[in-house]
Amino acid sequence: MSNPASSTLKVTTPSDREIVIVRAFDAPRDLVFEAWTKPEHVRHWWGWRSSTMVHCEAEVRPGGSWRYVTREENGVEVPFTGVYQEVTPPERVVHTEVYDVEPFNSGDPAVTTVTFDEEDGRTTVTATTLYPTKEVRDMVLGSGMEDGAAESYDRLAEHLETLA
Amino acid sequence: MSTDRLSSIFSALADPTRRAIVARLASGEASVGELSQPFRMSKPAISKHLKVLERAGLIAKSREAQWRLCRLEAAPLREVADWMEPYRRYWDESFGRLDEHLRQMKQEQAKEKEDV
Repeated sequence: MSNPASSTLKVTTPSDREIVIVRAFDAPRDLVFEAWTKPEHVRHWWGWRSSTMVHCEAEVRPGGSWRYVTREENGVEVPFTGVYQEVTPPERVVHTEVYDVEPFNSGDPAVTTVTFDEEDGRTTVTATTLYPTKEVRDMVLGSGMEDGAAESYDRLAEHLETLA
Repeated sequence: MSTDRLSSIFSALADPTRRAIVARLASGEASVGELSQPFRMSKPAISKHLKVLERAGLIAKSREAQWRLCRLEAAPLREVADWMEPYRRYWDESFGRLDEHLRQMKQEQAKEKEDV
């Protein structure tokens, strides 16, 4: 079993419709919760370094909505939006998540549950996203597939760790 | 890689026992008996899981002496890892930025305390 407080990102697919990402941060969870949810902080870290945050707002309360829009280097805008269902600082948030581009924004939204667990001053964030169908989940996982980066066996080893 | 093939790999890996088997085989070949030991499962039950993994192309069986050995087939797993890589990289880069931002937040918090 790998170290639960590892700064290495783990991406796993425990079921047909889920993606789970786990990552530890060297900060107490009240700080991580704030950085994760408040737009003034989100704009500093969400997305690629090469992208620009053009719109970032969030009403972090049950029923409140959020919307983050980045502009990629190639000029394409990438809008994500959703509604908060549960907000329990600094432990847990549950919100819907929609890629706000037709036809992806019709149909049932994905639901993301984020938990924040602190141990020895470090916080492990676990974000579980449940997609409406397996097809949507697979599409999200495979997004950017055309990048086709050259891979090494190191990455296989890393992936095997996530399966352990 | 075809979606059907990815589907069968994903569904094969959607079970915790099968993931544990794959992880065990990553460190070398093993017999069905050896594989069943940690799970408090009968050999037939383990064999069922092995069949699912075999159908997905994730493992292969070989006969050596009296033992039926199983070994990991690395290629399909690598394909899954490759396929997921851009997604992983996206979040990895975002979280690298979040690390930096948290460092800054901590510094600001410390400074505020000093100023008080």
